[in-house]
Amino acid sequence: MSVVLETRGLTKSFGGIVAVNDVSFQLHKGELLALIGPNGAGKSTCFNMLMGQLKPTRGSVFLMGDDITGKSPREIWRRGVGRTFQITATYASMTVIENVQMALISHNRQVFKALPFAHRMHRDRAMDLLAMVGMEGQAERHCAVLAYGDLKRLELAIALAHEPTLLLMDEPTAGMAPRERIALMQLTADIVRDRGVSVLFTEHDMDVVFAHAHRIMVLNRGELIADGSVEQIRNDPRVQEVYLGGGTVFKSEDEAEDA
Amino acid sequence: MKRKTFLKGLMGAAALAALPITAVAQEAIKIGEINHYKRMAAFAEPYKKGIELALEQVNGAGGVMGRPIEFIFRDDQGEPGEAVKIAEELMTRDGAVMLTGTILSNVGLAISSLAAQKGYVYLASEPLADSIVWASGNPYTFRLRSSTYMQAAMLAEEAAKTDAKTFATIAPNYAYGKDAVAAFKENLLKLKPDAEFVAEQWPALFKIDAGAEVQAIERAKPDAIYNVTFGPDLAKLVREGTDRGLFDGRQVFGLLSGEPEYLDPLGEEAPEGWIVTGYPWYDLNDGPGGEFVAAYQERWGDYPRLGSIVGYMTVQSIAAALEKAGSTETDAIRAAFDDLSLDTPMGPITYRAIDHQSTMGAYVGTIALRDGKGVMVDWEYKDGANYLPSDEEVKALRPAE
Amino acid sequence: MGLFIAQLLTGLANAGALFMVASGLSLIFGVTRIVNFAHGSFYMLGAYIGYTLMQVLPGAVGFWGAILLAGIAVGLIGMLVEILVLRPVYRAPELFQLVATFGVILVVQDLALMIWGPDDLLGPRAPGLKGVVRIMGEPIPKYDIALLVITPFVALGLWYLITKTRVGILVRAATQDREMVGALGVNQAWLFTGVFALGCGLAGLGGALQLPKGGADLLMDFNILTAVFVVVVIGGMGSLPGAYLAAVIISVLNVFGVTYLPQSTLVLMFVVMVLVLMIRPYGLFGREEVAGEHGQVGEPERPIKPAGLQVRLLVGAGVAALASLPLIGSNFTQVLATDILIFCLFAASLHFLLGLGGLVSFGHAAYFGGGAYVSALLMMHVNTPMELAFMLAPIGAGMAALIIGWVCLRLTGVYFAMLTLAFAQLLWSLVFQWGEFTGGDDGILGIWPADWLSGTTTYYYFALVLSVGGILFLRHVAHSPFGYALRAARDSERQAEATGINTRRVRMLAFAFAGMMAGLAGGLFVFSKGSVFPNELEIARSFDALIVVFLGGVKTLSGGIVGGAFFKGVEDVLTRYEYWRLAMGLLIIFVVIVAPDGIVGTLRKAAERFGLSRKAEDEA
Repeated sequence: MSVVLETRGLTKSFGGIVAVNDVSFQLHKGELLALIGPNGAGKSTCFNMLMGQLKPTRGSVFLMGDDITGKSPREIWRRGVGRTFQITATYASMTVIENVQMALISHNRQVFKALPFAHRMHRDRAMDLLAMVGMEGQAERHCAVLAYGDLKRLELAIALAHEPTLLLMDEPTAGMAPRERIALMQLTADIVRDRGVSVLFTEHDMDVVFAHAHRIMVLNRGELIADGSVEQIRNDPRVQEVYLGGGTVFKSEDEAEDA
Repeated sequence: MKRKTFLKGLMGAAALAALPITAVAQEAIKIGEINHYKRMAAFAEPYKKGIELALEQVNGAGGVMGRPIEFIFRDDQGEPGEAVKIAEELMTRDGAVMLTGTILSNVGLAISSLAAQKGYVYLASEPLADSIVWASGNPYTFRLRSSTYMQAAMLAEEAAKTDAKTFATIAPNYAYGKDAVAAFKENLLKLKPDAEFVAEQWPALFKIDAGAEVQAIERAKPDAIYNVTFGPDLAKLVREGTDRGLFDGRQVFGLLSGEPEYLDPLGEEAPEGWIVTGYPWYDLNDGPGGEFVAAYQERWGDYPRLGSIVGYMTVQSIAAALEKAGSTETDAIRAAFDDLSLDTPMGPITYRAIDHQSTMGAYVGTIALRDGKGVMVDWEYKDGANYLPSDEEVKALRPAE
Repeated sequence: MGLFIAQLLTGLANAGALFMVASGLSLIFGVTRIVNFAHGSFYMLGAYIGYTLMQVLPGAVGFWGAILLAGIAVGLIGMLVEILVLRPVYRAPELFQLVATFGVILVVQDLALMIWGPDDLLGPRAPGLKGVVRIMGEPIPKYDIALLVITPFVALGLWYLITKTRVGILVRAATQDREMVGALGVNQAWLFTGVFALGCGLAGLGGALQLPKGGADLLMDFNILTAVFVVVVIGGMGSLPGAYLAAVIISVLNVFGVTYLPQSTLVLMFVVMVLVLMIRPYGLFGREEVAGEHGQVGEPERPIKPAGLQVRLLVGAGVAALASLPLIGSNFTQVLATDILIFCLFAASLHFLLGLGGLVSFGHAAYFGGGAYVSALLMMHVNTPMELAFMLAPIGAGMAALIIGWVCLRLTGVYFAMLTLAFAQLLWSLVFQWGEFTGGDDGILGIWPADWLSGTTTYYYFALVLSVGGILFLRHVAHSPFGYALRAARDSERQAEATGINTRRVRMLAFAFAGMMAGLAGGLFVFSKGSVFPNELEIARSFDALIVVFLGGVKTLSGGIVGGAFFKGVEDVLTRYEYWRLAMGLLIIFVVIVAPDGIVGTLRKAAERFGLSRKAEDEA
């Protein structure tokens, strides 16, 4: 299996505090990899370094073998990495399909064109993407009036617009009802299976993680303490200590929503 | 604020004909008057009263060519662009035969530029900028009031008579202030080549930091000070300067500082001993000057300001020009203004053919306190004709026609 | 040394009134997010009311009592304004309230003229504080010393109020999170009213306190406004210590500027402001604004669609009507229509930035006047043919906008707006001061079109084609990928960046494009008027455009044009009357209250309600 994403000794410190310490892992093609850990474990910091929002203090990130450390989010996206946000980010003033068309326009490097009508561009492709996430029926709706779960699915469609090889999903099911969670993760799993996309996601909900992830990494206090199959992680004493011994049981619904 | 006539004089929106100001016949000769009635209310109101008084007199005496004169007053918000638009309306829709008005120089210049392009006669009544008749002069623009240069030259003459060697100047940081300082310097150095300018202060117009300006002038220790600030700036400068002893033992020359518009708000704090240009209406008892004051007070129950007499003389000038032209055609009016002479409350004036500047002069005197108010004493009327550059110089200043 | 100390004291004394006015503005902005343009008017009212009270109340007690009462009276007036004018429009799009405060300025100007007359009023002296004391031989007016003492007390009083009382805690909480205060069960409406009244009262207090150093006049409202904004921005919007420090810095620097660099009086504070914002983008004590400040308040913008056949026919008919104007209208009608068309293009160019980009430019006149000056300077100095000079107007303005945009786009929200204002002011100062090259405030005259264009009707057609063309082009770009990207950057910068859109470059180009179109309007303007003056670069001109965009409806595509035509048309009618500012002010306030979505937005909603057009989706 080929390696899509690899980090080597990834480290980030803020002032004197080390938020992420010497994290190294590999993500393979077609893999659905979960990154978990208690609050403040460094998941978001780690994610932001992968996406280019933060520059690592030390260490490097490789995408398909290329060093992308310190590259801008735009550059990383161009190299085939898509992402979704913990708090949805969509264009509220546009229709659903226009949201996707915008990503396609950017993908085709047509952002600075001032003459064609944007709403006529890449419509079919945008519709395909919406169909993929089950949103084709709402294509012409105003984005601002969508239900939260639909926004999440729209975001996924946007993230798939440039046919990414890697998808980074930050708390993809945060703020969703349990049934929606399962549906969204099933959708993600299908996409991984059908399109060969690799996915790295962070998640609070252990049920979601254990049900869908192919592999799980556990981050605690900035360090990677475990990396293995669902079964291995479930039985790993260190992980149990972090989650159970530390007094923090696997996250409850309310807390997840606060995050 | 009884300004019903103004309301009456203004027109309705679409095609409503203007209601005549003076209830006379329809074939009135219309004059377009553009001013900053709101932005500069303190100056425009007395000016307008002077116009209305003169109109009543002229029309009462049968008008010009048997027709009454009617002014259409319009507010331009103090914006040159607006004034140009209104000027077009007055000339092309309202049937005005010529234009007059404005206090602010930039608005006057904008109208003069339009006048030259479209061939409208424009009598710049109050704006002071030298460039209206010189650097930016044109065949269609005339100016009544004695210009910055003329008034500065009058004060320079007074300054040359004193022993003062070192001078400080303070003037608002815009064209009028710069012109006023340049003209004063030029004329003073002609008369007193060893005069020295030791400080030049340029406060922003109406935003003076008077305490700081006074400290800066004091630091230069000049023998005399030349002041061009006016309005609220002058009040602040006078107060800070008096408090801090800036004027003690120093002769101050104040351009326009003796005009009632600027002197009266100072009340009992009027700076005694300043040599200023202004308008001592209170001492004008007889002759044409006295008659105007009396008539104005009777008509309005208020005393005239400098603007009042300028407004009055504006109407006189236009009436005289129309009379001389014997026609309301632009070219006839324009030709009539060249070398037009008339008698005014200030004495005889002439519109010089060479640069279209009238020879209206100014009163120069010393500020003193009388009954808790500043007045000008030992004043003298100086004829503007004597304070203009030579004809050769003027010709060089004006663009070729 | 003596002089230095004396200068320092002068600066500190000057800081007094400035701080009071600025702290009021800062408080109001911090809590209510209202950019109160009318703050100078409350300052002016304080001076006039204080003056009147001092005439009535005798002695030292009367004097100080009058100052206090003036502050209270102005506070009450502020309260009234807040309840009557602002409260109905809190739910309107952000910054819409500033239009209402602009109406208040006009109303106050005419009311003050009616009540106190046109003459300047010299402020009374403070009883017992006439004359000077000597400090190291230098004379210092006694009243300066009094101000030096009073200001810190007022500042401390405010600080106590804000940090130690329950009201203050609420105010601070509201500064950081308005929704939370509402959630705490505090009556947000009355908190806003109270803060607005307090802020206005401080302005009034400042106005009354400066009386012995000057007086009251009808221009003082606008004259202090820029300085106050500069102080608030340098200090950090919403920060009281910041306002104090900034007032001191500006006042003291100004005193030294006057002495050692007398020509600097116009530019100094703007230079300081630009420098401070370059180093500290949110002012000395300001905090970064919460992300998503713009385009998020009120209901979200609606999707846009290119005009349908019906609208196209309507627009076509309108253009045809305009084209036939010379056949039916008088010469003046064409002149007026030219003015309106040019202004509409100017407004539309600002609307492009504001409406699509959420970029509030407070200095858009820089490009309008800039374009006009490019043409005029080329004609005057190098005898450029008119056609070429005209074409270079938009190009020059666009370049200026690109450079200014490049600097300003480091900031966001109100700070961005203020920085654009500062640059516009710098450009204005440059033109104003550099008389040898630009003609200063005597302007540049005799800038007329080439002979083939010089007829009124010919020029009208010229202006018609270019203005309408420009407006249609602006609209077209709104529907293009570029226009969409601009909206995307406004709606969600995160998503836009994460999908490869270089939002900074998009905004910069949008800024340059809008500047270019404003420059085109400026070029049309200068050749229609034949002259140009620094007025065209002034804040007032920028505000004109801002007001009409909001009046027309910032969240609609045609808001700028409709607002522009409405405003110019009404202005042409109203200025023929005596108290036109009062009428205009009341009209603006009226429109603001009945049409909080702007004229177009409100008409659209009304049409939907009566079933004349398809209702937007289930938004209610």
